[in-house]
Amino acid sequence: MLDFNRNHFEIFGLAPRFALDTEALERAYRDIQSQVHPDRFAHAGEAEQRLSMQWTTRVNEAYQTLRQPFDRANYLLELHGIHAMDPSNTKMPADFLMQQMAWREALEEAKADKSFAGLQDLGRDIGGLAQAMQAQLANLLDRQQDFPHAAEVLRKYRFMQKLLAEIDAAYEEIE
Amino acid sequence: MALLQISEPGMSTAPHQHRLAVGIDLGTTNSLVASVRNGLSVVINDEQGHPLLPSVVRYLADGSVTVGYPAQAKQSEDPHNTLVSVKRFMGRGVRDIRDIAALPYQFVDAPGMLQLKTVAGSKSPVEVSAEILKVLKRRAETALGGDLAGAVITVPAYFDDAQRQATKDAAKLADLNVLRLLNEPTAAAIAYGLDNGAEGIYAVYDLGGGTFDISILKLSKGVFEVLATNGDSALGGDDFDHRIYCWVLEQAGLSVLGDHDKRLLLTRAREAKEMLSERPTAGITAMLSTGQLVDLRLDEPAFRAMTESLVNKTLLPCRKALRDAGLTPAEVKGVVMVGGSTRMPRIQAAVGEFFGQVPLTNLDPDKVVALGAAIQANVLAGNKRDDDWLLLDVVPLSLGIETMGGLVEKIIPRNATLPLARAQEFTTFKDGQTAMAIHVVQGERELVGECRSLARFELRGIPPMVAGAARIRVTFQVDADGLLAVAAREMSTGIEAHIEVKPSYGLSDDEIARMLRDSYDHARFDVEARQLAELKVDAQRLVEATEAALAEDGETLLDPAERAAITARVAALTQAMQGNDAQTVKRASDALNQGTAEFAARRMDASVKRALKGQKLEELDL
Repeated sequence: MLDFNRNHFEIFGLAPRFALDTEALERAYRDIQSQVHPDRFAHAGEAEQRLSMQWTTRVNEAYQTLRQPFDRANYLLELHGIHAMDPSNTKMPADFLMQQMAWREALEEAKADKSFAGLQDLGRDIGGLAQAMQAQLANLLDRQQDFPHAAEVLRKYRFMQKLLAEIDAAYEEIE
Repeated sequence: MALLQISEPGMSTAPHQHRLAVGIDLGTTNSLVASVRNGLSVVINDEQGHPLLPSVVRYLADGSVTVGYPAQAKQSEDPHNTLVSVKRFMGRGVRDIRDIAALPYQFVDAPGMLQLKTVAGSKSPVEVSAEILKVLKRRAETALGGDLAGAVITVPAYFDDAQRQATKDAAKLADLNVLRLLNEPTAAAIAYGLDNGAEGIYAVYDLGGGTFDISILKLSKGVFEVLATNGDSALGGDDFDHRIYCWVLEQAGLSVLGDHDKRLLLTRAREAKEMLSERPTAGITAMLSTGQLVDLRLDEPAFRAMTESLVNKTLLPCRKALRDAGLTPAEVKGVVMVGGSTRMPRIQAAVGEFFGQVPLTNLDPDKVVALGAAIQANVLAGNKRDDDWLLLDVVPLSLGIETMGGLVEKIIPRNATLPLARAQEFTTFKDGQTAMAIHVVQGERELVGECRSLARFELRGIPPMVAGAARIRVTFQVDADGLLAVAAREMSTGIEAHIEVKPSYGLSDDEIARMLRDSYDHARFDVEARQLAELKVDAQRLVEATEAALAEDGETLLDPAERAAITARVAALTQAMQGNDAQTVKRASDALNQGTAEFAARRMDASVKRALKGQKLEELDL
């Protein structure tokens, strides 16, 4: 039965790990979708159409969550009872706050100068660090199982993702 | 209306009976209908052999309607009653229409969607579109020799919810069973991809008469996955015509024009544009009603200069779509050109330059969307079961609700895969607040005023509490057609208030019923007969689907008692279908639907298990 208590990993028959085989995830997603998608039931009865809709919606939600590193980590933490993004849970180390300010300044500067190169450099720096953080998250979540520490890293990671999105938006602004 | 024929019970169990299904490209300038015949998708021509039906509808004083070429021929002579490019008005108010001064119509600002005043009364764009669809439906039924089981109707990928709802309403009005609303670039990708065995990342650049779409798709092993889509639902070939039109006014020193002359010059402008795709210069000659003769010559460089900004306007969405997909132009393996406006050499050059490759133009840009839609219609109607492919399409624009201060809280992000549901909790702003106004919007901007308003509704009966204590859960559900349903529920006390909305641009079922009634001869139109016919069609489909399911999985997934119970309900429904009582058919259908819910769930579960097991085996092989 479509069991809404089953977690996202179980739906795809995958182990609950941050370091996920994304190709296996994609394959499982496509295999299930090809069975349950509404296009398969356009000529079927009401009951099947409703079920198809429920299944597809559920599978899409699980897939979207697991394929993004941030959402996947956040979800894993939730499975362990930690709400990393809870508004009451926003502690950040002072040195990271300083670093944040420096990045923001660099972004504003590149925007003011309409500098593509400036944006590219900043994007590369932050992107590289975000990549390294993914390795750190894999270590903390899968091997050490140090969830509070992982939550802290994840909050930093999210900040950097937001900054990367802002850099993208800045390209559009100066275009 | 003709009733569908139903064969005798026991005779109708052939599960692979071919159902007539068509794909319809309801275009701004031209519309087409196509169908899969003998395994091949083909456009159905009219009796004179024309594949295209100009999307032009003319209303006459005696209440009759002409559609297509005959209407087009009268557009300058009778501009108020001859409606062209009405797709641009679908789901739109008067304020939304740019260049309104250049259009020779008398607009009526009706609530939700504008209307056009004609000699036969005010017409909504939905009604006008329905006239086009009716002609295509008749054309298909004549050519295919039977009633249509269903149709796939294409819409621009960048159509918002209001525009999609309007399209679906038009189909309902034309008495078409809509199997799916399909995005135009996705339809083109099906036609192109299946023909060429394409694998990899493809971009579909679709510039039609009034809309522009860019979709980035990943094609692999029979899966068409839309990664990102972008566009402009008010940018197309018509805008190029309008630039020429303005140039003509300037060159000829014209200012205020009558509606007849406006239409005449717009037509000449379009002809000049088309000629410039073939030749370096085009003549524009017109005798105005004032007796003034316009005689001008437009060359390619001048045309290019006046439309350069329009060409560039299509490239910005291309950049955005690529960025959303996380790709660079170099990663795109092929660019498929769709829509008549991509015949302009300037467009092909600009797109080629942007993507760094020669765009693919081996498919007729006018037909490819309808051909793809027909292929999908054939699958959705259940005519093709093996070697099927899978379409994963996305929401084009973010969906959200208004929060304090006129800001938008996005609930569903753009480019999320369909269908999907997402819920978010909100709370009260004031102590003792017992109602909440929920305003649903679509768009990317942060301010409500800059997004499209889709619906407003109120949730009442919230128990009085201090501000911030109530928990209102708002759920957005977007179905496979890209259509939205919204529900809200108060959670904190266990008391539930629940409401579902239809977008305010959509027509209510009552309005549709009224329009349907208006469109038929009053004396002959019998609402009940129609309802009974529809119920019987649905019942027949249900019986066939159930019998096919029983044949496939009845032995393995049901015990004999369960099997007998379902068979009994099938028999009861088949019996009810012999009679002429709508309520009896409805009750028997509901009973069979309920009786098969558990069976359907087991079947779905079993097929998912099979799918995952197949994957495990694949991994073992490695």
